Amino acid sequence: MHIIDRRLNPGGKSFANRQRFLRRARAQVRRAVREASSSRSIKDAGKGGEVSIPAGGVHEPHLHRSSQGGTRDYVLPGNKKYVEGDGIPRPQQGGGQGSRASDSGEGEDEFRFALTDDEYLDLYLEDLELPDLAKRQVAGATSVQWRQAGYSVSGPPARISVPRTLRHSMSRRIALKRPKAEEIEALRLEIERLEREGGHFDELQELRADLEKRVMRTKRIPYIDPVDVRYRRLESNPKPIAKAVMFCLMDVSGSMNEHMKDLAKRFYSLLYLFLNRRYEHVDVVFIRHTHEAQEVDEQTFFYSRETGGTVVSTALFKMMDIVRDRYPVSDWNIYAAQASDGDNTSSDNAVVLGQLRDIILPICQYYAYVEVGMDDEEDHPGAGEPSTNLWRAYRRVPDDQPFAMRKVRHRRDIYPVFRDLFARRPEGVAAEGG
Amino acid sequence: MTLLAPQSKLLFEGPDWDFDLIKRVHEACGEIGIKEMGLDPYPNQIEVITVEQMLDAYASTGMPLFYRHWSFGKHFARNEAMYRKGYQGLAYEIVINSNPCIVYIMEENSATMQTLVLAHAGYGHSHFFKNNYVFKQWTDADGILDYLEFARGFIAKCEDRYGQEEVERVLDAAHALQSHGVHRFPRKRMPDLRSEQRREEERRLHGEQLFNDLWRTVPVGKRKRSKDEDERRKALLGLPEENLLYFLEKTAPRLAPWQREIMRIVRLINQYFYPQRQTKVMNEGCATYTHHRIMNRLHEKGQISDGSFLEFIHSHTGVVLQPSFDDRRFSGINPYALGFAMCCDIERVCTNPTDEDREWMGDIAGNGDPYGTLRDIWANYRDESFVSQFLSPRVIREFGLFRVVDDEEEEEMNVAAIHDERGYRKIRRALSHHYDIAYRDADIQIVDVDLAGDRKLILQHRVLDGVLLEETDAEKVLQHVAELWGYDVKLLEHDEAGAQLAEHTAQPRRPFA
Repeated sequence: MHIIDRRLNPGGKSFANRQRFLRRARAQVRRAVREASSSRSIKDAGKGGEVSIPAGGVHEPHLHRSSQGGTRDYVLPGNKKYVEGDGIPRPQQGGGQGSRASDSGEGEDEFRFALTDDEYLDLYLEDLELPDLAKRQVAGATSVQWRQAGYSVSGPPARISVPRTLRHSMSRRIALKRPKAEEIEALRLEIERLEREGGHFDELQELRADLEKRVMRTKRIPYIDPVDVRYRRLESNPKPIAKAVMFCLMDVSGSMNEHMKDLAKRFYSLLYLFLNRRYEHVDVVFIRHTHEAQEVDEQTFFYSRETGGTVVSTALFKMMDIVRDRYPVSDWNIYAAQASDGDNTSSDNAVVLGQLRDIILPICQYYAYVEVGMDDEEDHPGAGEPSTNLWRAYRRVPDDQPFAMRKVRHRRDIYPVFRDLFARRPEGVAAEGG
Repeated sequence: MTLLAPQSKLLFEGPDWDFDLIKRVHEACGEIGIKEMGLDPYPNQIEVITVEQMLDAYASTGMPLFYRHWSFGKHFARNEAMYRKGYQGLAYEIVINSNPCIVYIMEENSATMQTLVLAHAGYGHSHFFKNNYVFKQWTDADGILDYLEFARGFIAKCEDRYGQEEVERVLDAAHALQSHGVHRFPRKRMPDLRSEQRREEERRLHGEQLFNDLWRTVPVGKRKRSKDEDERRKALLGLPEENLLYFLEKTAPRLAPWQREIMRIVRLINQYFYPQRQTKVMNEGCATYTHHRIMNRLHEKGQISDGSFLEFIHSHTGVVLQPSFDDRRFSGINPYALGFAMCCDIERVCTNPTDEDREWMGDIAGNGDPYGTLRDIWANYRDESFVSQFLSPRVIREFGLFRVVDDEEEEEMNVAAIHDERGYRKIRRALSHHYDIAYRDADIQIVDVDLAGDRKLILQHRVLDGVLLEETDAEKVLQHVAELWGYDVKLLEHDEAGAQLAEHTAQPRRPFA
């Protein structure tokens, strides 16, 4: 008998099969993922989980006799009261005793299984792309990262590699037979002893000559020669900016109700998920505003109530303050998402537009404006666009800016709108509002 | 043994186990299994695995290695979801019919469970695999792992060469025909999987050597078609043929050699599993009876503690539970329960028979050698014959078995037999029939092919008891047949009298080439 411990064997033997399965059912799984996401809470928006797809697409047919019709014969256990000749009414749903109908889940209408977080997100965010991700890199404003890359024969003294240098020195000394210090010392002592004891002259002479030769050799062959010296070489690698900051701007004045905030929150959480996948580090800054803007934490942002007028530009100024304080443009990718019901003090519109067009958009990777509305508002395609204050102002942002705006009324719209905003598009075409 | 102090006789205390303990337990089980019960198992190779690996093993029908296909991924996904939600527990072990016999045991099992598992799989199943005639006839325990290795390598090579999707199409088609890809009757040669790989090479070389373009140009005179020729043609093609995969692999005109090889792989692997389908009740009965015996003896000998024994009883009862037909948990007759009950009953008949037993099983009643009798039965029967010979009235009564006939012409289902004098034989015959694979699987044969004309392939389903094929599935499978065959295919459903009940046809949409 052998015992083999397989526990440490690499797991995931079925991984290749799973991939093949997902590839085959990709279209259905993707649809299922999108549907599932509309009914999920924000917390789980990015988590894997169970999806069910129509069994038809992954059905494995085989030749078997139908579960209906004909004469059937069953032997069943657990008879309690029947005697020969009794009649038993047929169970509702064919298949006799319902025993052999679905032993492996076949024949069911739905196939349920769990996706991992990664698989889920991959499908969820498929075909999406952050606009202008490459802008900074192309512009050469990336920072540089130094990396150790072997040794070189030249360099600043501070970068001398002592072990490497000594290694070379030692092999050179051995190869050139440089006398060791102990040998010379021993020789010298021997000569002294002979001198004291009045040794043989010839012998002394010979030893002295030997000593001199060795000392000369030691001088000719230095302990460390410039050819031994090695420096730790560094190589520069351009480092893409791996940090992003996401500004969430939201109007919290009285006109924004729970439903609208919920919509906004969903949009933000999607954006956050998305950024999280693309960047190593994502900061989120919440700025809420009424007639004045405040930076707050998430809880306050979504759940505390505030009253006051609506002056959108305050939020934009606040955002710029924070950028100047904490997020230097050279180090951070800046994204902003603004949610509002479209309300703004009329006199503020021009300020908002100016601030956005001239100051914010130039430093932003992307600025998305989502106008949230009520569920019951009229919503027929082609019904023209909203005519709120803010919407009209934002309409005047030039098309070539990294700016997009959409109107959202229902939870289920969020994902399509998000896809719409961030869909992969041909080079050079910026996201357009409208 | 008896000289030792009582506490030192215990194999283990508490739920923890280590490799030494497994070794000790294995030996102690062998002491009982081999010396007392006379079992003759393969040498065991015990592999400790994790939950994750158990799920992996589930997905590839328990085999340690398998070729790749999406359907295995699907099964994995399903099992995983069921397991994570707690709808379905995992088996404590998986055992593979190979030499040496591979037994997977889960790391989560307690020491008691490991003992149970070793007795169940390492002695029960292993003995059955090695000695049952169906397995001897049909499977090559020495070669299966090598063959699977070859299969996986070959299919991976094909994927590299022809693309995953092309290979997937062939596998899909072959899998669809799996249930009709076995030889039910042994041929002359014993299957020797090890030589398969060599034969594949040889066939290819031979084909290359014989190739001569001149044959194409040799003129052939037109021959008259006659009844004789029909017969001759069928005989040449080996028709009728019930092994659809085999026929298509050998004769489909347009398949490439690698496609035929893939079909062959699916067919041979399926053939390897064929005995397991025929011996479910016996196999589990043998293993369950063996573990029950071994655990009881270990307890009697003081090698396991009362606590462990109770843990075992708890688990054992769960395994052999047979819910009644009206129970929510009912899903057919539990092969563990029936097999175990029958084996225990045979033991009883051998040692302590009643008059009834003498009448029903005179040849073994009171022969006083239960282990010998059981070993003989385990070696020479399969489920169908096992039930028809050894299902005693007592077991029928204990299970409260009754037979129900459901004729669609009638208004209600009819109880045709219960556990009484008149019913025993009827129930026994009906249940034995139920385990007869030849009866359970639809009888489908390839009956003719029009080689001279439009090359239409004709299949026939012999309808039993008026039960037709499940239509949507049949259409889909037929489509696969058409792709493989490369020309039109027709499937006729005839009843016993020869009247046609249904007809399905399929045309190749994207034939293999």
